[in-house]
Amino acid sequence: MSDSGYRKPDPVSQPDYLYEPYRATVRRAPRQPLVLHPETLSERTGPVFGPADVSGNCGDLTRQHSGEPLGERIIVTGRVVDDRGRSVPKTLIEIWQANAAGRYFHNKDDHRAPLDPNFTGGGRVLTDANGCYRFVTVKPGAYPWHNHDNAWRPAHIHFSLFGPAFATRLITQMYFPGDPLFAFDPIFQSIRDENARHRLIARFDLGATEAEWALGYRFDIVLRGRDATPFED
Amino acid sequence: MRPRLRIEMELLLTPSQTIGPFFHLCLTTDESAGRLLGPETKGEHIQLVCRVLDGDGAPVDDAMIELWQADADGSHGLFGRLATNDDGVCVFETIRPGCDRTLQAPHINVSIFARGLLKRLATRVYFTDDASNGDDAVLALVPMDRRETLMARADRANAARWTFEIHLCGERETVFFDV
Repeated sequence: MSDSGYRKPDPVSQPDYLYEPYRATVRRAPRQPLVLHPETLSERTGPVFGPADVSGNCGDLTRQHSGEPLGERIIVTGRVVDDRGRSVPKTLIEIWQANAAGRYFHNKDDHRAPLDPNFTGGGRVLTDANGCYRFVTVKPGAYPWHNHDNAWRPAHIHFSLFGPAFATRLITQMYFPGDPLFAFDPIFQSIRDENARHRLIARFDLGATEAEWALGYRFDIVLRGRDATPFED
Repeated sequence: MRPRLRIEMELLLTPSQTIGPFFHLCLTTDESAGRLLGPETKGEHIQLVCRVLDGDGAPVDDAMIELWQADADGSHGLFGRLATNDDGVCVFETIRPGCDRTLQAPHINVSIFARGLLKRLATRVYFTDDASNGDDAVLALVPMDRRETLMARADRANAARWTFEIHLCGERETVFFDV
């Protein structure tokens, strides 16, 4: 089997760096073409995380303080696979989000909405042997930002994933089904292909819902994959 | 064993989205993540000062930088990450990486995330005084007049302090790689 490295993303699956409606890209997007090079050991390897990195109530964002946060309690669960559908086990997932009122626990968030003393909004878990993960949190609120007049971000949860290599690193955002703000959000719309864009919308999942407790949402994530090689160096 | 013939569908990858301005509350709460070494770590201990600038030359005060590099023996790896401060700067404590037994010069892989970046940017830090830079297969693919954007430079007063400037765009745009 030949070793061609991690497969490149289908270009329609990813946004370009420059997308003028998202104003901050104008001064920050590179304009020169990226330099392509054959994969080396440096891109084929990556940091490994373990149970010590996810100790405590890392996966339950509703139990990180003395009381319970306000808002709609939800379960967010899913599976991380590569582009051939193979599990990505024991990989670190980190999430962060606004509270139910649309305010981040962050000194640069100037939205006039209340902080919740019982909610920080950060979580981390490792996927299990089948690539599955689960968080308990509250549904984040929409919030205004300064990109354009009357700009609002749809409710979202930020996701950070490592996968097995430097090449598989991904940071993205998960959205909720049926959000009326999708059409007006340049960050969501920066992915021009509708099918690809919809990969970022979690599905309501009655099976993941716990009766008398919390609604469940499913968000599956696909990372880059590569062919295995029997000649691993 | 008979080889199996399988037609595998490639799944569309999950699209990238910006890290946004509020990642600190989760991703960079641990400032020790900027120290890739302990007192016993073998190799030449250095400080790597990373400075991120936008197309106007203004400091990017809400970027996150991740490093991934070989240790002194050339084995991967050491990982670190930090957020930039108001001056667009973060300072890692690390070692000069060793050679990884391939044809690569010592280098550090760098990921840059920020508000306004819809995808990760990947670049590499090389050390300007390293004699093997001329043999590096990746550097060889970079147009000659842009290679200097990948070079960390030693402080004149402190040879263990190296600075790597990352220009996201503009006249001095750093070389970024399609990894």
